[in-house]
Amino acid sequence: MLKLNLRHAWLCLFLVLGVGVVQAKEAESAAANPEIEARMMTLATELRCLVCQNQTIADSHADLAVDLRQQIREMLATGKTENEIRDYMVQRYGDFVLYKPPFKASTAVLWIGPAVLLVLALTLLGLMLRKRQRLSDDAFDPEPEADPNTPNKA
Amino acid sequence: MIPEIGHLLLIMALGVALAQGVVSLTGAQRENGAWMALSRPLAWVQFVLVALSFACLTASFVQLDFSVLYVASNSNTDLPLAYRIAGVWGGHEGSLLLWMLMLNVWSVAVAAFSRSLPAVFVSRILGVLGLVAVGFLLFTLITSNPFERLLPAALEGRDLNPLLQDPGMVIHPPMLYMGYVGFSVAFAFAIAALLGGQLDSTWARWTRPWTTAAWIFLTFGIGLGSWWAYNELGWGGWWFWDPVENASFMPWLAGTALIHSLAVTEKRGGFKVWTVLLSIVAFSLSLLGTFLVRSGVLSSVHAFATDPRRGLFILAFLVIVIGSSLVLYAWRAPKVGLGQRFGLVSKESMLLVNNMLLIVAAAAVLLGTLYPLFLDAMGMGKISVGAPYFETVFGLLMVPVMFAMGIGPLVRWKQDEIGGVARRLRFALPIALAAALLVGWSAGRISLVATGGLTLAFWIVASIGVDLVERLRPVGQQTNVIARMRLLPRAMVGMMVAHFGVAAFAFGVAMVKTYEIENDVKMGADTTTELAGYNFRMIDLHEVQGPNYKAVQGQIEVSRDGKLIATLQPEKRIYRVQTNPMTEAAVDSNLLRDIYVSMGEQLPNGDWIVRVQYKPFIYWIWNGCLIMMLGGVLALSDRRYRQRKSSTAELPAQSLSSGAAV
Amino acid sequence: MKARLLWPLGIFIVLVVFLAIGLKLDPREVPSPLVGKPAPEFSAPALMEPDRVIRKQDMLGKVWMLNVFASWCVACREEHPLMVAYARTSGAVPVIGLNYKDKREDGKAWLSQLGNPYTDIVFDLDGRIGINFGVYGVPETFIIDKAGVIRYKQIGPITPEALRDKIEPLLRQLNA
Repeated sequence: MLKLNLRHAWLCLFLVLGVGVVQAKEAESAAANPEIEARMMTLATELRCLVCQNQTIADSHADLAVDLRQQIREMLATGKTENEIRDYMVQRYGDFVLYKPPFKASTAVLWIGPAVLLVLALTLLGLMLRKRQRLSDDAFDPEPEADPNTPNKA
Repeated sequence: MIPEIGHLLLIMALGVALAQGVVSLTGAQRENGAWMALSRPLAWVQFVLVALSFACLTASFVQLDFSVLYVASNSNTDLPLAYRIAGVWGGHEGSLLLWMLMLNVWSVAVAAFSRSLPAVFVSRILGVLGLVAVGFLLFTLITSNPFERLLPAALEGRDLNPLLQDPGMVIHPPMLYMGYVGFSVAFAFAIAALLGGQLDSTWARWTRPWTTAAWIFLTFGIGLGSWWAYNELGWGGWWFWDPVENASFMPWLAGTALIHSLAVTEKRGGFKVWTVLLSIVAFSLSLLGTFLVRSGVLSSVHAFATDPRRGLFILAFLVIVIGSSLVLYAWRAPKVGLGQRFGLVSKESMLLVNNMLLIVAAAAVLLGTLYPLFLDAMGMGKISVGAPYFETVFGLLMVPVMFAMGIGPLVRWKQDEIGGVARRLRFALPIALAAALLVGWSAGRISLVATGGLTLAFWIVASIGVDLVERLRPVGQQTNVIARMRLLPRAMVGMMVAHFGVAAFAFGVAMVKTYEIENDVKMGADTTTELAGYNFRMIDLHEVQGPNYKAVQGQIEVSRDGKLIATLQPEKRIYRVQTNPMTEAAVDSNLLRDIYVSMGEQLPNGDWIVRVQYKPFIYWIWNGCLIMMLGGVLALSDRRYRQRKSSTAELPAQSLSSGAAV
Repeated sequence: MKARLLWPLGIFIVLVVFLAIGLKLDPREVPSPLVGKPAPEFSAPALMEPDRVIRKQDMLGKVWMLNVFASWCVACREEHPLMVAYARTSGAVPVIGLNYKDKREDGKAWLSQLGNPYTDIVFDLDGRIGINFGVYGVPETFIIDKAGVIRYKQIGPITPEALRDKIEPLLRQLNA
């Protein structure tokens, strides 16, 4: 019969704990190739899921989205660049599939419009203010006695 | 019986609204005291009728009356009570009734809190609100009756969309609608002023609190929507530039411009014509949003079930309301004066710049949202305009806005000079840049875009600091800082707080977008993974039973340096009726970071794909919204709005010397 | 009335015109960029005989239609009787079926139940051929001319009106 002593007890304890620790395994990355996965997801956030109501193929669970994500993974793995993959998608689905509209004649107003509006707005503002500077005091309401910047300024 | 009563009440409300509109406006035009006196009571009667109708619909939902088509489409026997009530506004017809209810809440608020306003003015405001109500009631009754019967009654309901079965959903639409609809009050004030010919600083002082209140609700509604999407949709996004989101953001931008414009009109009588136009534009954008969401013209995850007939009706309504107000504007605006003079470099000019920038931003969002429609309508093909476009364009436009926010509050009214302002701010920019670089360095990586955004955020804070220091500086006998703080007008403190909220928001956005990390891993019982110094351990996975769903729930322990921080329980739910799987993310939040865990797909061997995300400072985005709201509340509670009824003659003098330097 | 003050009204009217036109459009319908371009090459097993391969080249010199269908597709059920009736008419062009992302057995069973109008059927298990044709929903139908160029795409089920007003005239023209 084995004589159980304290040292045996500690050994058993360690074995049990050790097995327990070993069992908590490190989770594998869900993607076979994390680098390709990251590039795929970045690209996928720019592409539109055509069967969804305004979602990217990164976010969508639709079959077509899953298929296209897989397609992109394979294309990246064979060395295609992001631009080539975008072209591939546009050839098949049109510009509609890109959430970042390409810059062409028909989208020039879209991309340049805000800047033009900004310049236009500030220019018109400047011109209007200049014109007002030249008006005589009669065009304006009379000044009140109190300084508008009181009372919290010296 | 209850649905029929609800329907009848709406028809009666239509009659009352029509009376309210016609009697009040005619009475004001003819200065007929008796007719004008009817405007308030009529508004109250309309409110009671609509509120009771809303109660009828709620009752139908609570009782699960599946003989009502709308109830059958949006609820289910197993639906918990809270979501049965939320289901009232879960679909198109009911949400319209909510719109009506909100319109009536604002109308009676105006009726109740307008004792100090002249009767003619109040009459016109309630008249305009009455006519808007007529339009919506007609729309509801003709195309979108929530009380329509389903005969024979369904045995079981189609259930409320599981995505909407969340606490956020219960509050988000009511708050959002309070905001949207609230701009109708500013609109009504503007129309009343154009009709009556009285457009001065007194008018601005009356309009301002109503506009601020609407703006507070809209800020809350939008922020809540973003927070809810983040927690509910399962992949950690919080803003998608979806057309319906943009539809709520545009009125917010216009509303912000309006608040600033009103400040000038109130203070210096300036910008009157522009302020009136902005009031019309802000409400028009609200109505446009209503159109975009319900007409099917744009594709959106938020869109209600669409019907071109409804779209046509709303479009006609838009043409009547906005068209006639813009005609009135063009006709009456020339008669309005210029207000007091101001120099090229002055607070007035800075506020005009602010207005220009915000309106350009709103126009840019509108352009991007509608551009696919423009091209398609012209037969030039179909494109998509999404987040990449908006982030670039809007982000760039915010640079001048935030830069101006640091300067404007420090510039004096009427006349100032650039050199003086620059001198006062000479430390602010370097401090901001240094702080931004310091934050980037301590986060481990300095990014150009992040540094830009952070610098602008800190620049605003630094500017507020400079402003405070200047205002709290001892003057003459008054050396006590606390006493001087108490003297600061609430409206000014509100401005500082609200601007700080914007800086907080920008800080959160910059940090999260630059430094967030995510990873997808395969996890089963007893697996661990690491992310950003945190250790995630899946203890086990088990099934749980909800009131109307079944779910697989993971038990994940999150620890750092050996210390347990949180136990997260993400779920993958399948609702009994609408069987699309739904992801319920589990989030551990604090001011410094969010730990976000959600479940993806199940693998053949029983393990699950789990996405773990580290999102630094993301809560500052919504805290920023809350701080902005707090600023608005402070501004609202300024003592000049709490004055009791006083004679009109006193008011102008008071508005200029009551200590408001804002 | 100053002209400057009429700008907002003017902009609004332009906006309304666009919105009104928009009510008649479908924002989710995506026209194919492949119309006018050569149909993608494909080479895939037949549904009925897995060992036989069907290729695009086999159809060169003929005007034909490619009809994308699947047994799990509800709208295809609505469309199918039309296809079966069409195939029986005299002068009908050959219709090749593309069984998209389906199980072989399900596809065959569906056809034996509802009728088989196809001269041949390509089996596209993983949907790759579909992706190459820009298929995003089922059913879809392509008209391909003698040179192998796609001349028309029908998105969604073929309706009697579409058949009468667009498809048949085009087929007559291509075959002339």
